[in-house]
Amino acid sequence: MAYNYDKYLRLEKMPTLWCWGCGDGVILKAVIRAIEKCGWDQNDVCVISGIGCSGRFSSYVDFNTIHTTHGRTVAWATGVKLANPDKHVICVAGDGDALAIGGNHTIHGCRRNIDINMIVINNFIYGLTNSQTSPTTPQGMWTVSQKAGNIDPTFDAAELAIASGASFVARETMLDPKKLERVLVKGFQHNGFSFFDIMSNCHINLGRKNKMQSAMENLNWIDSITMPLSKYEKLSSEEQLNIFPTGVLKHDTEAREYCDMYEDIKAAQQGKRGLVTQDDFKKKI
Amino acid sequence: METREIISTGNDLAAIAAVDAGCEFFGGYPITPSSEVMHTISDLLPKAGGAAIQMEDEIAGIAATCGAAMSGVRALTATSGPGVSLKAENLGLAQMAEVPLVLVNVMRGGPSTGLPTRVSQGDVRQARNPSHGDYRSITLCAGNLAECYTEVVRAFNLADRFMQPVIVLTDETLGHMHGKAMIPTVEEVKKGIVPRKTFDGAPEDYRPYGVGEDEPAVLNPMFKGYRYHFTGLHHDAMGFPTEEIETCRKLIQRLEDKVMNHTEELELNEEFMLDDFNGEDGEVLIIAYGSVSLSAKEAIRHLREQGIKAGLFRPITLWPSPATRIKHFTDMVKNVICVELNIRQYTEEVERVSGRLDIEGLYKVNGRAISPYEIVEKVKEVF
Repeated sequence: MAYNYDKYLRLEKMPTLWCWGCGDGVILKAVIRAIEKCGWDQNDVCVISGIGCSGRFSSYVDFNTIHTTHGRTVAWATGVKLANPDKHVICVAGDGDALAIGGNHTIHGCRRNIDINMIVINNFIYGLTNSQTSPTTPQGMWTVSQKAGNIDPTFDAAELAIASGASFVARETMLDPKKLERVLVKGFQHNGFSFFDIMSNCHINLGRKNKMQSAMENLNWIDSITMPLSKYEKLSSEEQLNIFPTGVLKHDTEAREYCDMYEDIKAAQQGKRGLVTQDDFKKKI
Repeated sequence: METREIISTGNDLAAIAAVDAGCEFFGGYPITPSSEVMHTISDLLPKAGGAAIQMEDEIAGIAATCGAAMSGVRALTATSGPGVSLKAENLGLAQMAEVPLVLVNVMRGGPSTGLPTRVSQGDVRQARNPSHGDYRSITLCAGNLAECYTEVVRAFNLADRFMQPVIVLTDETLGHMHGKAMIPTVEEVKKGIVPRKTFDGAPEDYRPYGVGEDEPAVLNPMFKGYRYHFTGLHHDAMGFPTEEIETCRKLIQRLEDKVMNHTEELELNEEFMLDDFNGEDGEVLIIAYGSVSLSAKEAIRHLREQGIKAGLFRPITLWPSPATRIKHFTDMVKNVICVELNIRQYTEEVERVSGRLDIEGLYKVNGRAISPYEIVEKVKEVF
């Protein structure tokens, strides 16, 4: 039987403003299924989005929802989470949102390892505003702000999250919704910063000038640049150059979560334990 | 009112006030001369069961504060001018989405990096409209150590009453001044707390932004079964984005009217030695606010000793300005002089509400405080 999403959707907001064939809806549905799999009560979940196509995500799902300013989802979520450590917080951001204007917040959210689930819908372009270059736009592609071809080197979002200290980092595409759902569940259940680089299509504003005018063409391209991590590891470094490995790329269950660590600060300030010192941490420098 | 004596600094008093007023969250970023607010509250909040966090930048500081406030707790951020510039966009979202929070701005010299360790009142105009668009900023200005405490307490209550950010201006002089202050007891503060209005009917009947034409939104705390939407976009009664013409117009008009139709609840002034003013020649009205008013009062005592009938009008709520009261005194008195640590930032408001263009001024923008002696000299020179 088909899954019934009605309980979690704001049906009066349908249809979405997303274009026909957009991957955002597939991701939205996977997020809903993952939340239900986790057994989270709707009232206990806060979904926070930024600006861009992905920004509308929060208005379509029936949770406590916040549509913030451009790039600030993780900073916002940090306030919600630290003030309500027992609740579940999910950020949904685009590639421009999370990696350009909000790059600093992404880095520091990862570094703190606060229990926020950050979903980056990575469609390699600023879609809503008509095809400007994003930090993940491949070099040489056409954008409206670089019509002679994009020369800006690209970010690998997942690598950035790993290097910044997120304790759960995964990359998936919207091509396999079942797998995406499984990975989301795993990350949602992880206590710490969970970062998901989810590759999606924008055949309208990335594809149309880059020889991928249909959703299928755009998706085939995504398929051609991604590969499960186990297969990817067998490639030569030259072959790896143009491939993004998918799956769970990092899962560190030892790293301490920020709100948990903050409980130590509360206890110390309340005289229930000594001050937090370097002895409390495995990593000293 | 029961009071207590405390020896402290303006910055520490602001932090203590927030915690006494029930603040549970602080998000900020280091900036001179306000950092001590963060230093102190970082000890006090976890002790009281709340949380304080030093974020990665000023923008994140207010974003986290805004997030906590949206979730339903009282939340504070503190900064100085350059920080307000960075926080401006999210202050705008807090205005639009009607999020109650308090921002303490310990003013230093500007523009730009300016004079980080020196006093100024250069952010008075900025406080009126830190972000783009139409809304009414509520700005309070502490004039002495005790008010670094009482105005922060008042700001929290006003934020919850009007459902919007409230800015408290102090300055480097007050922030770092160390001295004795008589402040209300914690019990008095707790008694005076007016928490934000909430809706307790059935969730399906809840319309957070579906309120009267000059009323603030009724925003229930998160995670309690009332699921709605926050956005910086024009929005409807449930908080969802809309471009419907009447809904858009009514929303922005309501942001204006919810403040401007209720200014009497906001107004707070000090009238110092104005009781004996009767409109005769020779009376000198000084208009000053913030730490400058301390020098103004001292100057007035000297002027009075020398037979010059001087008095001080000091707005404590700067924005919206106490237009009626300013007009009352400026209509009565021939000689009016504004004293400010900026160039005419409030004088222009006094000119606007009084309709007079002959307002004299003493302005100082070199990072140094104005001394009583300078005010005495200026009054004598002008009149």
